[in-house]
Amino acid sequence: MTTDDRPRPEGWTPPGVGQRYRLLESSSSIAIVGASSNPARASNFVATYLVGSTEFEIHPVNPREDEILGRPAVGALSDLAEPPDIVDVFRRPEDCPGVAEEAVAVGAKVLWLQLGIWSEDAARIALDGGLDVVMDRCLKIEHARFHGGLHLAGFDTGVISSRRARG
Amino acid sequence: MNDREWGFRTRALHAGGQPDSATGARAVPIYQSTSFVFDDTADAADLFALQKYGTIYSRISNPTVSAFEERMASLEGGIGAVATASGQAAEFCSLTAIAGSGHHLVATAGLYGGTHTLLDHTMSWLGIDTTFVSEVTADGIAAAIRPETRAVYTEIIANPSGAIADLAMLSDVAHAHDLPLVVDNTFATPWLCRPLDHGADIVVHSATKFLGGHGTSIGGVVVESGRFDWGNGRFPHLTEASPTYNGLRWVDNFGEYAFCTTLRSEQLRDVGACLSPFNAFLLLQGIETLPFRMDAHVANAEAVAAWLSEHPDVGWVEYAGLPDSPHRPLAERYLPRGAGAIFTFGVRGGREAGARFIEGLQLISHLANVGDARTLVIHPASTTHQQLSDEALAASGVGADTVRLSIGLEDIDDLQWDLDQALRGARA
Repeated sequence: MTTDDRPRPEGWTPPGVGQRYRLLESSSSIAIVGASSNPARASNFVATYLVGSTEFEIHPVNPREDEILGRPAVGALSDLAEPPDIVDVFRRPEDCPGVAEEAVAVGAKVLWLQLGIWSEDAARIALDGGLDVVMDRCLKIEHARFHGGLHLAGFDTGVISSRRARG
Repeated sequence: MNDREWGFRTRALHAGGQPDSATGARAVPIYQSTSFVFDDTADAADLFALQKYGTIYSRISNPTVSAFEERMASLEGGIGAVATASGQAAEFCSLTAIAGSGHHLVATAGLYGGTHTLLDHTMSWLGIDTTFVSEVTADGIAAAIRPETRAVYTEIIANPSGAIADLAMLSDVAHAHDLPLVVDNTFATPWLCRPLDHGADIVVHSATKFLGGHGTSIGGVVVESGRFDWGNGRFPHLTEASPTYNGLRWVDNFGEYAFCTTLRSEQLRDVGACLSPFNAFLLLQGIETLPFRMDAHVANAEAVAAWLSEHPDVGWVEYAGLPDSPHRPLAERYLPRGAGAIFTFGVRGGREAGARFIEGLQLISHLANVGDARTLVIHPASTTHQQLSDEALAASGVGADTVRLSIGLEDIDDLQWDLDQALRGARA
């Protein structure tokens, strides 16, 4: 199956580069569902970047961990004191609808399924709850796209601008 | 930030070249520095573990080189690019990122001599064998593919034969066997053909040629589409834990970005064939005018080829841009803006007449390069292939009378004058 013919909720199209930029710019906190303290895991890799290279407030969510990268880990999204702007999900697709329901319940603004993760059901739940939805995208890569990291690694950011870059 | 799809000419000038935050310099600055300071030890550790993007050492990445890489990725329609010291290095790094000892490659025959020796000599010595296929049909390519084959390789316009690769056919055969198609796009440049749009997975360039365009700088680049499934089971070094990066799994961690990330983090790190920042700067200057130069190169080449084919001292002209070329149908399909500016022709009188012709030229430069703004010429039988007998020359696909021209941007009348006086002087 190519990436283009995966089932998607009616009326939803994958957010383009400009929309992804606006979602990141208007967010300040990210809950990472499925965060891990194991450095070999993609979720640890992304969390290390978000903690070390961005201004986002990072909240690891994992009932089997107490602390990840110096941040206290909570068992569920509902354990967070404030609703996160983005719920960034590192879970199997079949677990994503449940995460989407929690994200809607706590009042998050964006449901973001990581690279390789696609769930039409989770997307539908989040959209019905008024959230923006991103699927099969890496938050680290998208942040790096707009802040110079992806450019330094030789990737096409799609950014064409004669305004001075942001640091 | 908006979702506008910018045009090719705009991207040739701007992609990868946003003014930097520190100085706002409008031209891409030359960062002629081997290394870059860390914020602290944690920053250094994160950079080395690839948990953070940034610059460490210019063998792996450099801001001037990054601008060149992003521009090439954008123009070729790839996900990303990795620049290399030369076109040869682009081929070696990309192919050794795909295949290792015991593996096998399938290549179309009639490749550039340097590529042929790389595959047939050095890579063979390293345990990677290549089958060169002369019958370039779907059946011919498929018949050469073995269980240990890892890639199919071709040139968009073969050097020097001028044959045009049927990219859709080659990519269909490669993909049916879960293999990537690697295309050398040096002779076409992305202005004339974007192989990734026709099913190729990786494009390699000698940027030394039309991209730089002025004969000043050796360089190369690899562009990858981001669409090939490197997790299909044939490339375990990309899916299994990498011992030099704390057990990192490239495909798991980087998804569609995995191949380019590996190429930079392993091949460039270890092979060390990096592009210098100064060369990257000069190549960027060339790329800014690429569409305009290529149109002018093609217009001159078409005019010279048509004029030569009527000349009494010329036996034949092989240029896919001529109406009677056997390569014309594929050129019309894959190179609608023109079949490039490099072609061959035969001087009546054979090897000796060819040598006299070369020595009689005044304006056209006799040297071993192509893709300069100036018109270049070489007579393989008296130079690169001089040790071969006429029979051995014929077997390598080069005639004793074959002359290769790389048409530049001079006035067409002046090119015709120089060719005409040298052809007349070469008569026995």
